[in-house]
Amino acid sequence: MTNLAVEVAGIKLKNPVLTASGCYGFGQEYNRLYDISRLGGIMTKGTTLEPRLGNPTPRLAETPAGILNSIGLQNPGIDRVIEEEIPWLRQFDVAIIANISGYSFDEFEEMATRLDGVPGVDALEINISCPNVKGGGMAFGTDPNTAALVVKRVRAKTKLPLIVKLSPNVTDITEIARAVESEGADAVSLINTILGMAIDIKNRRPVLANVLGGLSGPAVKPVAVRMVYQVSKAVKVPIIGMGGITSFEDAIEFMLAGASAVAIGAGNFVNPFTPLEVITGLEEWLDKEGIKDIRELVGALKA
Amino acid sequence: MVFSIKAIILENQKILPDFYRMVLAVPSIAREAEPGQFVMLKTSNTLDPLLKRPISIHRINKAEGTIALVYQVIGRGTNLLSQITQGELEVMGPLGNGFYWKKDYKKVAIVGGGCGIAPLPALAEELVKDGKEVYVLLGAQTREKLLCVADFQQLGCKVQVTTDDGSYGTKGFVTEILQEFILNTKIDQVYCCGPLPMTKGVIKLTKENLIPCQVSLEERMACGIGACLGCACKVRNEDGTITYKKVCHDGPVFTSSEVIIDD
Ligand SMILES: Cc1cc2nc3c(=O)[nH]c(=O)nc-3n(C[C@H](O)[C@H](O)[C@H](O)COP(=O)(O)OP(=O)(O)OC[C@H]3O[C@@H](n4cnc5c(N)ncnc54)[C@H](O)[C@@H]3O)c2cc1C
Ligand SMILES: Cc1cc2nc3c(=O)[nH]c(=O)nc-3n(C[C@H](O)[C@H](O)[C@H](O)COP(=O)(O)O)c2cc1C
Ligand code: FES
Repeated sequence: MTNLAVEVAGIKLKNPVLTASGCYGFGQEYNRLYDISRLGGIMTKGTTLEPRLGNPTPRLAETPAGILNSIGLQNPGIDRVIEEEIPWLRQFDVAIIANISGYSFDEFEEMATRLDGVPGVDALEINISCPNVKGGGMAFGTDPNTAALVVKRVRAKTKLPLIVKLSPNVTDITEIARAVESEGADAVSLINTILGMAIDIKNRRPVLANVLGGLSGPAVKPVAVRMVYQVSKAVKVPIIGMGGITSFEDAIEFMLAGASAVAIGAGNFVNPFTPLEVITGLEEWLDKEGIKDIRELVGALKA
Repeated sequence: MVFSIKAIILENQKILPDFYRMVLAVPSIAREAEPGQFVMLKTSNTLDPLLKRPISIHRINKAEGTIALVYQVIGRGTNLLSQITQGELEVMGPLGNGFYWKKDYKKVAIVGGGCGIAPLPALAEELVKDGKEVYVLLGAQTREKLLCVADFQQLGCKVQVTTDDGSYGTKGFVTEILQEFILNTKIDQVYCCGPLPMTKGVIKLTKENLIPCQVSLEERMACGIGACLGCACKVRNEDGTITYKKVCHDGPVFTSSEVIIDD
């Protein structure tokens, strides 16, 4: 028997495959296609303190092997997530990682307070890296002092494990990773989307109504693998790696680079069964390679 | 039920210079499909183009387990699709909320324009089966881009056509004949699918004449099942607040009174 179970930030995952925030709602939609309890965990849609409408459309643009989005954190607000989405999700045997986005330190703090002790929530993912909201979002994740302060304030309000989601839109991601580790982050997840843009040359307008958007999908994978590799050299806390994963081979790449678990975002759009295929692919591959425990792969890069 | 499975391509033929008709053997989807719903099609086995393409269900044959699609070649995805002649195709569906009708409707009008005509024959078929008198008003730029006239005629619908250049039917816009038509005929419901300017015109006319109307909308999609929030459509709720709904999940068919179409 091959062991697929891993532990990240003190949460036990039956396998290392999660679904990335914003690409999987709160699980209801994909549960119409398969039993979502087969996943290691679900990182829920980014939630804010108040309900948010999101950005005008078009919010999506396809680019070569990639997708630009400017959803802008459309969500029903933290209270409805606690009252409706989490209770539904906790009937499944799957780790629930609640992703939160704030526009101020106070908002982050308030959401952490409200989520502390909510049954079913296994960890918080603090999104300090959303490129799609003005006046906040990414700004928290591009300065090490600000990033550290968010973590410090949230840490004081909750006993839940904290996973900090890092922005790739920085010169040195290891600096931010170290800063959040020093204030008590239990794990880091990366990467969020890379700020990008697409132009329709016929009408000379940006394709997205918001002008700028975040790039994800296979196009960003080499950047994501590089950043996981660099961060794994810089911090001791575990890493959840993501960015362009569509196959089990991609997942292995992230794990060799240093990720203890992986998350699938845009890969769900390409094929809704991607997370399941990654899980079975990993299992079969480990078996074939005679590897007894998936944890042997983590950071096992020969370099 | 939603399925994501391989369908067998039975037919993929050019029907007009820019348009193809594809027939897929996919019994599970055919069994569940309703008029106005759509499917997402994978157009390539590689990661580029990355996303599936949303295409409406044009005809449903539950007995034979097939669905037909009619699509216009627009860009890379639909171009790749048009080149597949046989084999299998990954399809997800049926998706979204289709059109609805009530037993007591007697006369209904279907208004379609451009490639928005594609999903309407499946609707006409059900309405005819349900004993309604179905009037069909179609608009196209030109004869070479006019879809499905024969489908509607074979179903026994009364069909009127406008083309922008007068190459078929009356010269002008379909909204002009709709205006005249609703003055003379008592209609219980209007169903509309077409380009935005046409849809706006139909919403305005039906509102002025107090005729209930359902419209089918398009928006760019990534997941197609309601998870990514990419396909937002602005709606006015009953309490007056404005929020977004998902075209892929709450639509693509909406009640005309709820949607807000910005300029
Ligand atoms: C619910 C729904 C039903 C549809 N039904 C039909 C149909 O029955 N027949 C038909 O001919 N067309 C239909 N369309 C439009 C069709 O999806 C687009 O023409 C197609 O996606 C274009 O892909 P492309 O790669 O050829 O074009 P490109 O322009 O290269 O596509 C680039 C990206 O933009 C998206 N895109 C481009 N145009 C549209 C559009 N109008 N709507 C949504 N996304 C778009 C593509 O999906 C792709 O992600 C429908 C759209 C929706 C949302
Ligand atoms: C449509 C869409 C919405 C997203 N929404 C969020 C969000 O709400 N919060 C967040 O932390 N990340 C969000 N992300 C980023 C993803 O979680 C992930 O970090 C990124 O897409 C890279 O992974 P991928 O290439 O597998 O998609 C979103 C991504 C996409 C494509
Ligand atoms: S396309 Fe993802 S929510 Fe509609």
